Parts: sequence; C-alpha cells; structure tokens
Amino acid sequence: MRHFDELLEELRAKLLEMSGLVQSAIHKSALSLRERDLSLAESVLKGECRINQLELDIDALATSLLALEQPVAADLRFITAAAKINNNLERIGDLAQNIAERAQALLNEPRFDVRVDISQLADLVESMVQMALDSFVKKDPQQARRVLFSDDGVDALRDSVFAQLIDYMKKNSQAVEYCVDLMFAARSLERIADHATNIAESVLFMTEGVDVRHHAHAH
Amino acid sequence: MTRSGAWKSVMNVLMFSLTGLCTLFTIGTLLFILGYLVSHGASALNWAFFTKLPVPVGEIGGGMANAIVGSAKVLLLATLIGVPIGFLGGVYLNEYAGAAAAFVIRYATDLLNGVPSIVIGIVVYTLVVHPMGHFSTVSGGVALGIMMIPIAVRSTEEFLHAVPNSLREAATALGASKWKTIVTVVVPAAITGIITGTMLDLARVAGETAPLLFTALNNQFWSAGWSHPTATLPVMIFAYAIAPYDDWHRQAWAAGFVLLMFVLAINITARFILSRASYAPRGMV
Amino acid sequence: MDPSSGDLAKAVDARTPLPGNHSPADTPGGIGSDQMKVQTMKLKASNVNFFYGGFHALHEINLQFSANKITALIGPSGCGKSTFLRSLNRLHETIRGARLEGTIVLDNENILAMNASALRRRVGMVFQRPNPFPKSIFDNIAYGPEINGMGNHQHVAELVEQSLIRAALWEEVKDKLHQSAYGLSGGQQQRLCIARALAVNPEVLLLDEPCSALDPIGTAKIEELLFTLKDQCTIVIVTHNMQQAARVADYTGFFLMGKLIEFDDTKKIYTTPGKKETEDYITGRFG
Repeated sequence: MRHFDELLEELRAKLLEMSGLVQSAIHKSALSLRERDLSLAESVLKGECRINQLELDIDALATSLLALEQPVAADLRFITAAAKINNNLERIGDLAQNIAERAQALLNEPRFDVRVDISQLADLVESMVQMALDSFVKKDPQQARRVLFSDDGVDALRDSVFAQLIDYMKKNSQAVEYCVDLMFAARSLERIADHATNIAESVLFMTEGVDVRHHAHAH
Repeated sequence: MTRSGAWKSVMNVLMFSLTGLCTLFTIGTLLFILGYLVSHGASALNWAFFTKLPVPVGEIGGGMANAIVGSAKVLLLATLIGVPIGFLGGVYLNEYAGAAAAFVIRYATDLLNGVPSIVIGIVVYTLVVHPMGHFSTVSGGVALGIMMIPIAVRSTEEFLHAVPNSLREAATALGASKWKTIVTVVVPAAITGIITGTMLDLARVAGETAPLLFTALNNQFWSAGWSHPTATLPVMIFAYAIAPYDDWHRQAWAAGFVLLMFVLAINITARFILSRASYAPRGMV
Repeated sequence: MDPSSGDLAKAVDARTPLPGNHSPADTPGGIGSDQMKVQTMKLKASNVNFFYGGFHALHEINLQFSANKITALIGPSGCGKSTFLRSLNRLHETIRGARLEGTIVLDNENILAMNASALRRRVGMVFQRPNPFPKSIFDNIAYGPEINGMGNHQHVAELVEQSLIRAALWEEVKDKLHQSAYGLSGGQQQRLCIARALAVNPEVLLLDEPCSALDPIGTAKIEELLFTLKDQCTIVIVTHNMQQAARVADYTGFFLMGKLIEFDDTKKIYTTPGKKETEDYITGRFG
C-alpha cells in the first residue's frame, strides 16, 4: 500500500471512530431523555471531550494531506468530504450534549404526563445519522439520497411535537418549564438531522462529484 | 580466494606496465622525431632558405623560396577545390541523406580516404597532366584537392552532427525552410568547427609528396602562373635528401623542419579555435 | 482591404459550444439563462491518426482548442501527446516516415493544405529544453522576423523589444542585447525562446514540456507568463507535471496509448474526472 493510501486509511479510521462515538452519544442522550436516566446523560457529557479531540486530529490530518500530497479527483473529494463530515459530527456531538443537559434538567423538575412524539423523532433522527454514516462507509450514493428525503419527515415531526407542547402549555401553565426543556431537546434532535443531511450531501459529492447543497432535491 | 586475488594484482601490474610502456613509446617517437628535426633542421635554417632560389649543383648556399611559394600555391588551389566540394558533400550527408544513402556516402568517402596518395597522383596525371601535355601547379592542386575531399566531408558531417537537433526544430518552427535553416542556423553554429577541420585537413595534405611527383613535379626556378611545373617543399625534401651532397642534405632537413613547424602551427591554432566553438563532437577539443 | 474583417468572419463561423458539461455554478440562477456559453474555436483536430512508419501512434483524435485559453495535454510518456502537439504545426514532417491522417483546421483553414512556413509562423512552438541559437540575444529574437521578411531593421528592433517585454525578459536583458544568449540562466533562456516565438506574432503557441528543465522559480515565472500571454494567443501546453496543468490550464486533455481518453474543463478533470483511466493517472494509481 502506498504511503498516501495509508494516510487516507488513517483518516477514514479516525472518522469511523468518531462516527461511533457520536452515534452512541445520540443514542444515550435520547435514551436518557426517554428513560429519565441520569447516568446515561452524564456519560454523554463525559464522552464529549474525546469527540472534540478527534475533531482536532482529523482536521490536522486532512489539512496536512491537502498540503503535502496535493490530492486530486476522488482523493481530493474524499478528503474535503471527510473534513466536512468531521465538522458535522462534532456539531452533532455538541447537540447530543445539549439534549443530555436537558435530560438532566428534566430530572430536577416535577413530571408531567405530556403526550408527545419525541421518542419517534429521536428514533427517526438516529436512523438518519446511522444511514448517513453507513452511506459514507459503503460509499453508497443511493443511501445518501434516502437521507436527504428523510429530512422532510423530521421537520414535520418536529412541527407536530412543537404543536403538542404548545397545546399542553396553554392548558397547564405549571408545565411551561418542563415543556420548554422538551422543546429544546426536540429542536436539538431536528438540528442533528440537518447535520446528517449535510453528511449525506458530502457523501454524494465524494462518490459522484455532484454538489446538491442548497437545492430543492437531490438529482 | 587469496590465490586468485594475487593473480589479479599481478595481472593488474602487468597490464598497467605494458600499456604504459606502449604509451611512452608513442610519445617518445614523436619527441624523437621532433628533437631530431630540430637539431638537424633548425641549425640548417637561415634567412637565405626563405629568400633565395636553389643554387646549381656544386655551389654552396641558396634557398627554397620557390618551393615555399609553390607549396602555398598548390595548397591554396587544393583548398579551393577540395573544401567547397567536401563541405557541400558533408552538408548533404548530414542534412539530407537518408540512412541508406548516408551509409553508402560514408563508406565511399572512407574508401576515397584510403586510396594510396600515389594512386591519386597517377589518376590526376592521366586526367590532367597528360591532356595538358606538361606538369603544372594546377594538376598538383587538383591532386591534393581530391585528397582533401574525404576529410572535409567527414569533418563537416561530424561538426554538423554535433549541432543539436533542437536548433533545427526551433528554426523550422519559426517558419524557416530547410535550406534556410541550414544556412542561417546549422552551418553558423558549426562553422568554427568546420573551419578547424579544414585547417587540419590542409595540414594533413601539406606534407604529401607522392601525388606531387606526378603532377606539380619540380622546378629549380620560379614558376610563373599556374600551368607550369613548380617546386614544392615535400618534393624538394625528397629530391635533396636523395642527392649525394651534404649541403643539400642540410637544406632538406631545414625544409623538413619548416614543413613540420607549419603543420604544428596549424594544428595548435585549429585546436585553439575549436576550444571556443559552440558545438563540437566529443573528443575533438 | 482590412484583413482583420476576414478573420473576424472566420472566427464567428468557428463558434461552437464548449466541450464537456459545465457546472451549473457558471450560470447563476440556472433558469432563464438560455444563452449557451459559446467559445471561439481556434484549432480543431478531427479524426487525426498518426503513424511512425508502421507504428500507429495516435488513434482518431478529435480535439478543439478554444481561442485565448490555455489547454494542457497530459499523459504518461509515450502516450502521443507530444506527437499530437507537433502535428499542430506540422513539425512532424521533419521526421522521416511520419504520416498524419485526418484534418486539422486553423480558423476554418486546413493546415495540411497550407504552406508549411506560413503555418508555422502562425503556430509557434517552444521546446522541452531551452534551445536558443548560438547568437546574441537580439539576433535570437530577430531571427523569426528576419527570415519571414517582417519589415526593415528599425521595425525588427521594435519587434525584439516588444517580444522581450511580452516574455517578461526585457528588464533582465536590455543592457546586454548583443551578448550571447548562452550567458543567460536556464529559465531566462526559456523565456528568450518564448520571446523568439512571439516575435513573429503567432496566433497559437505550442509548448512542449517547457518547464521540465527548469527550477521551481523558473517554472513559476513561465507559468505566470502564460497567464499574461493568454489574451494574445491560444496556448497549448504538453506537460508531465500534473500540478502544472492544474495550475495553468483552462482545459485539459488526457492521452493514453495514443488515444484521447478525456477532454474537459481542468476543474472538472481534477475534481471529478469522467473516466477511470484519467482518475487512476491523476491520482497516481496508474498501472
């Protein structure tokens, strides 16, 4: 294997490690929200620093590859995509942390029996992230496109969660604090889905060389 | 291992000594000839040698003024005949001839170069002297001119060949036709070398004697114009050396010395000029 | 009669769409921009086949060169890119046994039917190694104008100065115009060769690996020069240095084993090449 290919492989491996950490952070934060589990929330907060470190490592590696190897074509697309995916993963990590913080806050508040679809939202977002990262690993543009199509479903679900919470708050003014926390968590989940979409777009650029950002739909 | 090592070192020393000795012998021969000529010739040289005509048998003194002028005339004529033909032939050979034609031309030129000079003398005698009815400066010039052709061809070819093809391409790419490229770029780039080659060619034929015996013959007096027999230095050396007179032997040595100095001077000048040429084949400088 | 009006008519006739597909980013908005991007084609090669004796060196090359653009030809050694370049000013005719089939058109005129000298005056060339004549700097530049009978001595002197300025060499040599060109550095010699080619005002400039014998500074100067020359002529450059092609060229053609594998915008070739062979070559995974 050429030296350059080894470095590309290293970049890929680091990105996969980061993907794993981020996915588990999403999963744990969503679960801590659902199960009201403090230890899960805390473990998300603790895991954050490793994700941050990986982000720095991956950026440094990508920059040095660009500077020293002057990659072109598929190599260039892979490295630029990796750098973007890296940023998106780090943001997802931050958002998972936000959710975990909300979960912690909710534990200190009186509980209300609000009927919201937030678990459904969390499941959908988790599966989108999973699919986006899968499409990166398998270099599968079809799967990346499916991620792009899922985003509308997430937006709709978030809107319905918001509507449900607002409805509930109108009826129970004591539950405002509780509901606002849930709203923030829902918003974070939706933002995670946006980053998953960005990752899928990078995968499309990487595999097919097409830029689908800021367009109404994928080709 | 040790035995073969010892054998190797013995062979090394042996070959080194043998080749070295042969080289020494070569240089020694040259130095001996030079020394001999200088000791015999230089001492015999005086002002009269350059200014006086030969004196009749029995008288002491006189010189070879007529032979010096005769040689100069014959060589001038030879150059005027041999160099243009050889030069243009060399241009054709290097610039126009295809591989097969070039092989034939080179082969023929080398054969011509190998023709014994006395044979060329006979041919010129038959073709020029006989129809004219008498020996002449012209026929001597023709004979030496023919002898100059092969070397002129090959040295022109070699120096043209040393001009990088990229120069021809550059001129061609600027819109120059083939002959214009040759005239304005290739030949100017090689001209120093070609001139040098011509000088060395001249130095080589300057000492030729055999063809002159059949053509220019000899003359004890001044030879007017171009159509009469003339004295030349090599033939004078021959005639004086075989004569039974000490004073003639002395003069023959002097003539030999002058001829050698002439050839040496041309050689040194030529090599000096060549060292300043833009393009020259490897090993020529 | 004004000759330029005739040229203009030819140039308009030669207008054809650009090769390759263009990124939508070039046409803002996309909708409503129905005007197709047109480009004047300076040189068009159609169905070019090339033979060295029995060896088929180029196969069915179809390639067009846009006016006032830099087109790079890349590919491994022996792929035919230099052979193709040399056929553009018929320099191959100096090689015995070389044969060209097909048509190459310069402004709607078949170059194979043109007078070779006239063609080469319009299509200049710079070679792999600097090859100044063993003459003075002035005489090197004046050579082209003089053999082509371009005006009197005064005019030739002006051309020499202009050409040296265009080749960004004037400041370095103006005080030693009558010294030998061999006293210049390699990079300066190559710029001298470019100036020599420019002196006959060529419409197309062919460069055959012009920087392969130069150091990075000499190379950078030549590349910078190419950008300034683009306005004045159409440039075709053969290079082994892929980064160089990426830096200077608007369009890039990739040759492999005598065939034109891919031709497109340089940006496209270096980010999303259409052919696997191109991808393998430019990413260094060749063979």
